[in-house]
Amino acid sequence: MEIIEHYHYTKDHEWVCIEEDLVVVGITDYAQSSLGDITFVELPAVDTEVEQFEELASVESVKAASDIFSPLGGKIVDVNHNLEEEPGLINRSPYDRGWIAKIVASDMDQLGNLMNAEEYESFLATEQE
Amino acid sequence: MINKLVPLIFDDSVKGRRGYVNPPSGVDTKAPIPQAYLRKSECNWPEVSELDVVRHFTRLSRMNYSVDTHFYPLGSCTMKYNPRITEKIAQLSGFTDLHPLLPQLKHGEKFAQGALQVLYEMEQLLCEITGFKAFTMQPLAGAHGELSGVMMIAAYHKAKGNNKKNILVPDAAHGTNPATAAIVGYEIVSVKTAPNGELDIEDLKTKVNQDTAGMMMTCPDTHGIFQSQIDQIAEIIHAVDGLMYYDGANLNAILGRCRPGDVGFDVMHINIHKTFSAPHGGGGPGSGPVGVGERLLPFLPISRVVKNTDGDFALNYDYPQSVGYVASFYGNFSVILKAFAYTLLLGGQGLKETSDHAVLNANYVRACLKDRYELPYDRICMHEVVFSASEQVKRGVHTLDIAKFLIDKGFHPPTIYFPMTVKEAIMIEPTETESRQSIDEFIQAMIEADELSKTDPESFHNMPTTMPISRPDDVKAAKDINTCYHC
Amino acid sequence: MLQKIGVKKIDDLFIDIKPQHKPKSFNLPKGKSEFEVLEYLKSLSAKNSTQLVPFIGGGYYDHYVPAVVSALTSRGEFFTAYTPYQPECSQGTLQSLFEYQSMICAMTDMEVSNASLYEGGTALYEAVMMALRITGRKKVLVDGGVSPIHKKIIHSYTDNLHYEFVETPVIHGQASRAAIKELLNKDIAAVVVQNPNFFGAIDDYTDIVDMAHKCGALVVESVYPISLGILKTPGEMGVDIVTGEGQSLGLALNFGGPYLGFMATKKEFVRKMPGRIVGQTVDTQGRRCYVNTLQAREQHIRREKATSNICTNVALCAIQAVIFMSLVGKQGFKELAGINADKAEYMKQCLAKIKGVEVKRSSPTFNEFTVCLPKDASSVVEVMIKKGFAAGFPLSRYYKGMDNYMIVAVTEKRTKAEIDAYVKALGEILLK
Repeated sequence: MEIIEHYHYTKDHEWVCIEEDLVVVGITDYAQSSLGDITFVELPAVDTEVEQFEELASVESVKAASDIFSPLGGKIVDVNHNLEEEPGLINRSPYDRGWIAKIVASDMDQLGNLMNAEEYESFLATEQE
Repeated sequence: MINKLVPLIFDDSVKGRRGYVNPPSGVDTKAPIPQAYLRKSECNWPEVSELDVVRHFTRLSRMNYSVDTHFYPLGSCTMKYNPRITEKIAQLSGFTDLHPLLPQLKHGEKFAQGALQVLYEMEQLLCEITGFKAFTMQPLAGAHGELSGVMMIAAYHKAKGNNKKNILVPDAAHGTNPATAAIVGYEIVSVKTAPNGELDIEDLKTKVNQDTAGMMMTCPDTHGIFQSQIDQIAEIIHAVDGLMYYDGANLNAILGRCRPGDVGFDVMHINIHKTFSAPHGGGGPGSGPVGVGERLLPFLPISRVVKNTDGDFALNYDYPQSVGYVASFYGNFSVILKAFAYTLLLGGQGLKETSDHAVLNANYVRACLKDRYELPYDRICMHEVVFSASEQVKRGVHTLDIAKFLIDKGFHPPTIYFPMTVKEAIMIEPTETESRQSIDEFIQAMIEADELSKTDPESFHNMPTTMPISRPDDVKAAKDINTCYHC
Repeated sequence: MLQKIGVKKIDDLFIDIKPQHKPKSFNLPKGKSEFEVLEYLKSLSAKNSTQLVPFIGGGYYDHYVPAVVSALTSRGEFFTAYTPYQPECSQGTLQSLFEYQSMICAMTDMEVSNASLYEGGTALYEAVMMALRITGRKKVLVDGGVSPIHKKIIHSYTDNLHYEFVETPVIHGQASRAAIKELLNKDIAAVVVQNPNFFGAIDDYTDIVDMAHKCGALVVESVYPISLGILKTPGEMGVDIVTGEGQSLGLALNFGGPYLGFMATKKEFVRKMPGRIVGQTVDTQGRRCYVNTLQAREQHIRREKATSNICTNVALCAIQAVIFMSLVGKQGFKELAGINADKAEYMKQCLAKIKGVEVKRSSPTFNEFTVCLPKDASSVVEVMIKKGFAAGFPLSRYYKGMDNYMIVAVTEKRTKAEIDAYVKALGEILLK
């Protein structure tokens, strides 16, 4: 499973990447591979506020549905509209073209509640047992 | 079974062709409906002959596996034989032609005495079978029964001024349990399964508190295991004034051996189409009567069928604490009628024997296959047995592949990937109506599947090959949504 | 078998049921022969008065069911199968349901239909919940012309939830535009209407749809299927969610069930729709085939987050309906609806000639209409039963202050002779 070195991770397998004053949110390679072929992504509305670990979006595959929780609190400023036509982007490029939302984080200290790549890797190891 | 595709009936349509002649109008009047209220679009129903219709749907029917044509050990669904006499009884015109509003006319009940008597007597029988005080026959399916039952739990707490938020649900429960409790407005708290397959009582204790409105349990549960500590679980829930809900999906395992009303349950639903052998109809109609003990009696839905002192039957709506109407009328009457006939045919001893034989058959399958397939809970089971294909998976053959192999061998596959607590689950419920010969043939096919997984695991991936279609593309179906011919 | 299992007797298989779990009683009658059970149930069947000539509707109608319907659905391959979990050996059920969905869409002029729900009343509740989910709002306007039975169902299901329902009045038989306009705002999730309404009046809700959409509210319409042979469709009015009781589409009255709840909507709402949906796809060799689709909405995957707790549909009833719709066909449907409306019109004209009887004419009707009698309708209906007629459904059963009113339904099965005899009998009773 691919894990990106400088990203931060949640226990629900979301990732967050810090880009200047924005953060980008998506789901991990592990998450997309457990879900299988993703058939639908329900995106949030731009300009809404979201709390840390609050429901942000949901993704569906044929046999599963999964809520995506926001790794950080803040205001949603952009969503990946490409996923409406091509939900499979999440399977093909979970860390890049399959991003879900961009958020202006309200409190960067909340990063302390997340895992770094190394921690996430060992977390995955325990999950897979 | 036919193994080629049947065109859609719309493809058979020929302009101007008719399959049915309407009765004549017989009057000269024309309804003066203004243009603004009239339909402008064409209703694109097909234009076909009666023979076209008969041949089309006869051919379609032959693309199905069914209990009448194939062994159908679909776990948790109880695909037993449906005695034909119950179908004949359900066709009696005194029942089929009876308008449900007739007894709601002034003194109208006297025109539906036979139907009300069926409902009343079936209620009495269900009370004796389950140990409850009263039943409502209104719920239209098992999940609808759950909804009605949990609504009663909510009404009970409301009446007592209890402010409770949670319903406890075992992690192995049917998906309907948490979905139901959530729809009534409760938060779901999941309780773990212990290593022996029963509920983890220690985990339960940590999750029960003053917020607990109740607990929903299937017993025997979805692993086919009877909760040997059921009375203790009920005590824990009752100690916080929670109520015990019995999901009757598996009642067919314990008829005459245990009554939910005697062991601490406050409310239950019965899946009539399972235990009482009403046909499953390709996915409904079902029927899900709900029984209650003393505590929930005032909250039963209305109407209720009562017997007056003069021996006549009546509908009573006067229950001020009732949760109200849960269905338009008195339940799926003809389904209940079939179950009533079935119960009269079998009698008490016959019902007990259905459970005895269902449990015997499931244990026989368990004993014959346990050296081939992993048994996550290696103990005596009730009416169904859950295996895991974990060994076969190591050879590249998944539960789904085994299911498709079985289709080619002429068996409807067992329930697969459920319960979710067991990886690669295969849930087999042979039912009491199958002969030892047909069960042996199934066991032989399961053994062949295991053998083939060792010698030629690749071969599974093209299965089934004997059906009108091979494996469908589910991803395409969910992505390129096409649910209608014309749209 | 016991030997293979390794136990001595069947009782040994029940060891987990401890002595304290044993039944306190299990006192049931002895089993009976097939013949005895049939005779007993024939005797109960005979105690129901099905020989009355029926003019009762209320949403449930005495239509003729062609013989082909039961001949085909009594095939074991249809009625002894279950939910099509394994599509390869269930194409018969799946394709039938796809055709059913297509015909429901054609009938209502909507884009997507599910594979059926329990019955009309619970279907309307599901539609209301769906509108609440889509809009995220908490308040619903319900027109006073919606079936009182269905309204009761909605109220009992939502009693424990934090939603508000406001009933809008019926003026001259139809939904009050003024009241709806006044109450509509950005808090309203949906306006719920019925066509024809419970009093028999037909309507064109296009203006209500426009008003609702301006506020971001949806319109839910419950319809009587046979009327759609001639009446303006929900799709033509721009309605968002359509439901109805499908009993008229080839199902017997059966004392209240099983019936058929149908539901159709716009494509944009398909993922918010409850119930099973059959979709077309292809198999590994590119052949057209059918599967249960969008299952991620459903309880077995979503559990507490599902769109509904519904597990099954009423597949066999939907198959009855699709056979009925195929037989009647495009032209036959239009004709059938016309015959129903014309006969009802004839009866209205005859009844209007009876002294003291007022047939409500303020709005057009389809095959059911409201009549005001010069005395208590319940008592009149009771006397009419003695003359062999189930003469109508008195509105006092569900409405206060409407003691002299009843609704009367006429289907294609009622002959001119039956209508004439009814009118004569009623005239005689009212003269006394």
